[in-house]
Amino acid sequence: MATVRLSFSPAPVHVRTARLVGVAVARRAGVREDLLDEVRLAIGEACTRAVALHHQYGLPDPVLVEMSDSGAYSVRVVDRAPIEAGLGLAALNADELANEALTDEALTTGVGFALLAGFVEDLQVRPVAEGVGTEVRMVWPVGR
Amino acid sequence: MELSLATRTVGEHTVLEVGGEVDVYTAPRLRERLLELIDGGARRVVVDLGRVDFLDSTGLGVLVGALKRLRSAGGSFALVCDKEPLLKIFRITALDQVFPLHPTVDAAIAADPTVSGA
Repeated sequence: MATVRLSFSPAPVHVRTARLVGVAVARRAGVREDLLDEVRLAIGEACTRAVALHHQYGLPDPVLVEMSDSGAYSVRVVDRAPIEAGLGLAALNADELANEALTDEALTTGVGFALLAGFVEDLQVRPVAEGVGTEVRMVWPVGR
Repeated sequence: MELSLATRTVGEHTVLEVGGEVDVYTAPRLRERLLELIDGGARRVVVDLGRVDFLDSTGLGVLVGALKRLRSAGGSFALVCDKEPLLKIFRITALDQVFPLHPTVDAAIAADPTVSGA
């Protein structure tokens, strides 16, 4: 069961709130201080990705963030966009990043995924168990 | 912390000092300011990230956009950053190979290949 559950309308202004809550719960759960910047960035990226997908598909549904500290600190960020949109993630190399033809959206998506993959050792992106959508699941060890 | 933006001129360079959090909510303001500067004729732009305490993929996307715009206009674009957490973000995304990154504004200006006599 989640320790803290946060549900927010898919607006950019709320992503900061999700980051603040996510870091506060991580600290409380016992995640090492030197990992908190990465937790903050990763939760922000996962929520930014969810908000972008909801905008892309015109979905007013809330984005769900669940934080749990049973054993380790795990965070699930759940969107309601069609699965094929959510799973198409790939990091870009330097040549691709500098390519004039790359759209801003594709660049931001690729960079966001590189940050998630780079900062979260235990990362999964998968379809939600029920209904439409994907979940980004991130786990960090707790130092207890 | 809220986004802060301040512009100053150093010789032929326009220096944009950015502070606070650059994220999905605030990045559009950074994009607007950069576009204003470029549309206003700035061709050598240095963005100083010294007071930035959070930078996400949206902010990075805005910076890449400005770099491409200036390069295609024959200008130059460089970043000033000496904070390890931010530098790590550039390394992980491979953007350290895309942006000229310098520890100080002076170093960024001195290294600009488009400045005559440099």
